[in-house]
Amino acid sequence: MAFFVARRLFYLLPVLIAVSLLTFSIASLLPGDLAYTILGDQATPENVAALRADMGLDQPIWWRYLGWLGNVLQGDFGRSFRTGQTVLQAVAERLPVSIELMLLAQLGALGIGVPLAIICAARSGGPFDRFMTGSAFGMLSVPTFLSAILLIYLFAVELRWLPATGYIPFAEDPLANLRFLVLPALTLALAEWPTIMRVLRSDMIATLQEDYIALAKAKGLTPARILFVHALKPSSLTLVTITGINIGRLIGGAVIVETIFALPGIGRLLIGAILTRDLIILQGVVLLVGAGFVIMNFLVDMLYAVLDPRIRHGHA
Amino acid sequence: MTGNTLLSVEDVIVDLPTPRGNLRAVDRVDLTVGTGRTLGIVGESGCGKTMLSRAVLQLLPKKAKLSGRVMFDGQDLLQLPPEKLRKLRGRSLAVVFQDPMTSLNPVLTIGTQLIETLQEHLELDDATAKKRSVELLAAVGIPAPEQRLAQYPHQLSGGMRQRVAIAIALSCEPKLLIADEPTTALDVTIQAQILDLLAREQRRRHMAMIIITHDLGVVAGRTDEVAVMYAGRVVERAPTPALFKRMRMPYTEALLAALPKLDAAPHTPLPAISGRPPDPTRPLQGCSFSPRCRYAVARCQSEKPPLEAAETSAHQFACFHPIETHADANA
Amino acid sequence: MATLELEVVEEAVTQPARKGRRFGMLFWAAIGWMTFVFAVAIFATVLPLPSPTDMDMLERRAPFSAEHWLGTDGLGRDELSRLIYGARISLVVGLCAPVIGLTIGGALGMLAGYFRGRFESMVVGSMDVLLAFPPLVLALAVTAYLGQSIFNLTCILGVLGIPAFMRVARAATLTLARREFVIAAQALGATHTRILLRELLPNVILPLFAFFLLGVAITIVVEGSLSFLGLGVPPPISSWGSMIGEGRESLDVAPRLAFLPAAAMFLTVLSFNLVGDTLRALTDPRQGAL
Ligand SMILES: Nc1ncnc2c1ncn2[C@@H]1O[C@H](COP(=O)(O)OP(=O)(O)OP(=O)(O)O)[C@@H](O)[C@H]1O
Ligand code: SF4
Ligand SMILES: [Mg+2]
Repeated sequence: MAFFVARRLFYLLPVLIAVSLLTFSIASLLPGDLAYTILGDQATPENVAALRADMGLDQPIWWRYLGWLGNVLQGDFGRSFRTGQTVLQAVAERLPVSIELMLLAQLGALGIGVPLAIICAARSGGPFDRFMTGSAFGMLSVPTFLSAILLIYLFAVELRWLPATGYIPFAEDPLANLRFLVLPALTLALAEWPTIMRVLRSDMIATLQEDYIALAKAKGLTPARILFVHALKPSSLTLVTITGINIGRLIGGAVIVETIFALPGIGRLLIGAILTRDLIILQGVVLLVGAGFVIMNFLVDMLYAVLDPRIRHGHA
Repeated sequence: MTGNTLLSVEDVIVDLPTPRGNLRAVDRVDLTVGTGRTLGIVGESGCGKTMLSRAVLQLLPKKAKLSGRVMFDGQDLLQLPPEKLRKLRGRSLAVVFQDPMTSLNPVLTIGTQLIETLQEHLELDDATAKKRSVELLAAVGIPAPEQRLAQYPHQLSGGMRQRVAIAIALSCEPKLLIADEPTTALDVTIQAQILDLLAREQRRRHMAMIIITHDLGVVAGRTDEVAVMYAGRVVERAPTPALFKRMRMPYTEALLAALPKLDAAPHTPLPAISGRPPDPTRPLQGCSFSPRCRYAVARCQSEKPPLEAAETSAHQFACFHPIETHADANA
Repeated sequence: MATLELEVVEEAVTQPARKGRRFGMLFWAAIGWMTFVFAVAIFATVLPLPSPTDMDMLERRAPFSAEHWLGTDGLGRDELSRLIYGARISLVVGLCAPVIGLTIGGALGMLAGYFRGRFESMVVGSMDVLLAFPPLVLALAVTAYLGQSIFNLTCILGVLGIPAFMRVARAATLTLARREFVIAAQALGATHTRILLRELLPNVILPLFAFFLLGVAITIVVEGSLSFLGLGVPPPISSWGSMIGEGRESLDVAPRLAFLPAAAMFLTVLSFNLVGDTLRALTDPRQGAL
C-alpha cells in the first residue's frame, strides 16, 4: 500500500506543475495585456508602462512564472483589482456553497443510480431493465441547463413549490438553505445518474455471471446479501475509476447550475470574473479548481485501492 | 443401489438455446445416490458434467430449460419454492467448484466467506462462528488458520483456496457434497492430497458425495459407483469394482486407455481418444460415439442404443456391441 | 469458468450476422432527423424564411401564425427562422470541433499505439495534463482570454476533444497491431508508413468515426452550455443555447421560447448519440467485429 501511495504521489507532482504552467500561460501568453485591461480606455502609454513595471510584466516570462509560482506556494494568489478581495478570500467564501451543492448532487445521483443499477442487473433483459436502460440513454442527451430550465418551469413557475433562484447560508437557516439547493442539486443529479447506472449495471451483470456468485447462491445466502455484499463491491471498481471524469463534469455542471440558480459558489465567481474581465481572480480560480481536481483524482485512486485488496497488496 | 436413496435424478434434460440452435447439454439422465455413498461421474470435457451438477443444484444459466425430476431428501427440487431451496443449499446440499481461482469472492476475506455460511444456516453468534471457522480450516489442513481468516483469496495458493472452498462446503455438515472436478485446476502433486482430504472428511461426516472428473483414475479407489457420460448421456453405469473388472462400453475402454500409465515403458506414446465429441447442437441419429468407435456396426449409425443392464442388474451400458473380453482393463 | 468463455466466443461468431440485421426503428428515425436538420441548415438561405435578425417590436412573443409559423421571440424575431439558423451554428461547431479532435487525437493515438515506448508515455502524459482541468472550466477560461467568436470556440472545443480521440485510437491500434495481418505485413518488410496508412488506418477509422458521432453530441451540448451562459457565440447570431438562455427570461409567459430550441437540441443530441452508440457497438474491436 505504501508503495502504491508513493508511486501515485510521485506522479501527482509533475501533473500539478503542468497544471500551474498551463494556467499561467493561458493568462500570460494570450493576446491582451493585463495592464490595458486594468487601466481601461483612459490608459496613457506612461500609465501602462508604470503599471507594467509595477506588476513585473516587463520581466521575462519564465521569471514571471517563477515569481508567480513562489507567491502561489506561499498562499498568495493575488487580489482582485476590482473588489480588492484576495483570491483566497473570494474562494474561501464561496467554496462551501459549491461543495454542498456537489455533495448533495452526488448523493442524489448515487441514490437514483445505484438502486436502479442493482434492480436492472438482477432482472437484466426484463421489461423494467429495458425501460430504465432506455431512459438512462435518453437522459444522457439532456444537457444540464435544459433539465435546469425544465425543473424551474415545473417546480418554480407552474407548481410554485420551490424557489427558482437565491441562496441562504446553512448556518443562518438550514431548512431554507436546503430548499434553495433542492432544484440545483437535483439538476446535477439528473445529469449524473445515467452514467452511474449504466456503468454499474453492466459491471454488475458481468459480476453476477462469476463463479463466486454461483457459489454464493450454492451456499444458500439471501438474494439481498448476494447482491449487496458479494456483487456490489467487486462491481463498483469501474464506477470508482470513472468518478474522476464524473467529478470534472460535475464541476462544469456546477458552474452552469450556480449561474442559473444564482448560487454564490465558485462557478458564479468564475463566470463573474470572466464577464468583468477580472483576470487575477480568473487565473486563481482556474488554478485552484485544476489543482483541486487533480488531487481529487488522486484520492479516487486511493479509494480504488481500498476497494480492491489485490491492488492494495501490490498484485496486478 | 442399496440403502435409502438421498438423491435421485430422473429423466433430466437440460436444453440451452444458443445462436447455433438448441444445445442439449444433458440428455435424459437417470442417477441415484444413497445416503453416505459416493458416485463418480466421468467424461470428456464438454460432455455435460457441470450442467448436470448445476441442474441438481438448480443453478443453471437463466436461459437454460430443465425438465425431469430431481428428488433430494424426499423433496422435488424443481417444485421447491425459492426460499426453501435457499435454506437447503449450503445446509444439506453443498458444492465445490472446478476452479478455486474464480470460485471465491476476491474482495471478501476468507473469514467472511466462511462465517456467512455458518451464520446463514446455523444461527451462531460471532464468536462461535469464528471458532467453528478456525476448526474447519484446521480440519482441511490449512496451517495457521486464525491468521487466514483475515486474508483475501489472492493471498493463498490454488491448493489452499480449494481447501478453503472445501471447508466452506463442509461447514454446515451437508448430507450431499458435489465436487465438480475439484482438482482439475490444481498441480498434480496437490491433486491426490485434495482427493484424500475429501474422502477422509466424507467418511468422518457420513455424507454422500458426487465426484465429477474426466479422469477414470480418480474414481477408481474412491467411489462406490461410477457413471460414464458421453455427449450429455450416461453411457455406462456400474458399481466401481464391477466396472473396473469388466467394462462393456467402448467409450469407457477408450477413456481408460487414454490414461497415462505409471508403469508403462518410457516413451510409449499416449493413446488419446482419436476424433472429437459430436457437435452438441447437431445430435446424431444413432450412437453418439459411433464416429469414433472402433467396434461400430451399421446399426450404430441409425439407432440409439438404450442404457440397459445385461446380465447383472447393477451394470448398465448403452451399446449394441459391448466389449466381451476383459480387454486390458486391469491396467 | 469454461462455460462462460464459450458464451463469449459464440457471440463473437455471430457478430457478422448481427451486422446485417436491421438496425431498428429508432436508429432510422435518428438518421431521418439528422438528415432533416442538415438539410434545413444547409438550405437556410434559399428557404422562404423571414430574416432571423429582423426585429418587430409590435409583434413580440407573437403566437403561432401563418406569417410566423412558430411565433416570434422577445424581440419580435421569427422563431422558426432563428431555430434553423441556430441549427447552422450548432452543426458547424458541433462538426468542426470533433474533426480537430479526430485528426490530431486520432493521429497521436495511432502513433502512440503503434510505436509504444517513450513516445507513447509522452503522449499519454501530456493528455493527462489536458485532462487535469474540468473541460467546461478550461473552455470558459480560454474563451475569456481569446475572445468570443465561432472560430475560437471551435478550436477550443476541438482541442478539448483530443485526449478522448487519442484514447480510442490508441486502444484500437494496440489490439490491431498484434493481429496476424499486421505482423504479416511487418514480416514482409512493409514500411511503418505503409502499415499505419494501409493496414491500421482503415480499421481504426471505424471506431474513431463512431466516437466522432458521440463527440458531435457532446460538442453540441458544450457549445449550447457556453452560449446559454452568454459566453459562446457572440450576439446577434442565434444559436440554440443562446435562444434557450433568452427564452428562460420569459418562462412564465411564453415557455415555448425556451422549449422549442430545447426540443430541437435534445432531438439532435439524442440522434447523434443513438447512431454513434449503435456504430460503436458494431465496431468495438474487442468483440471481434472487424
Ligand atoms: N452458458 C452456456 N451457454 C451455452 N452453452 C453452454 C454453456 N455452458 C456450457 N455450455 C455447453 O454445454 C455443454 C456441456 O458443458 P459442461 O460445462 O457441462 O461440460 P463439462 O462436462 O463440465 O466439461 P468440462 O470438463 O470442460 O468442465 C458443452 O457443450 C458446452 O459447450
Ligand atoms: S453402440 Fe456401436 S458405436 Fe456406439 S459404442 Fe457401441 S459399438 Fe460403438
Ligand atoms: Mg465442468
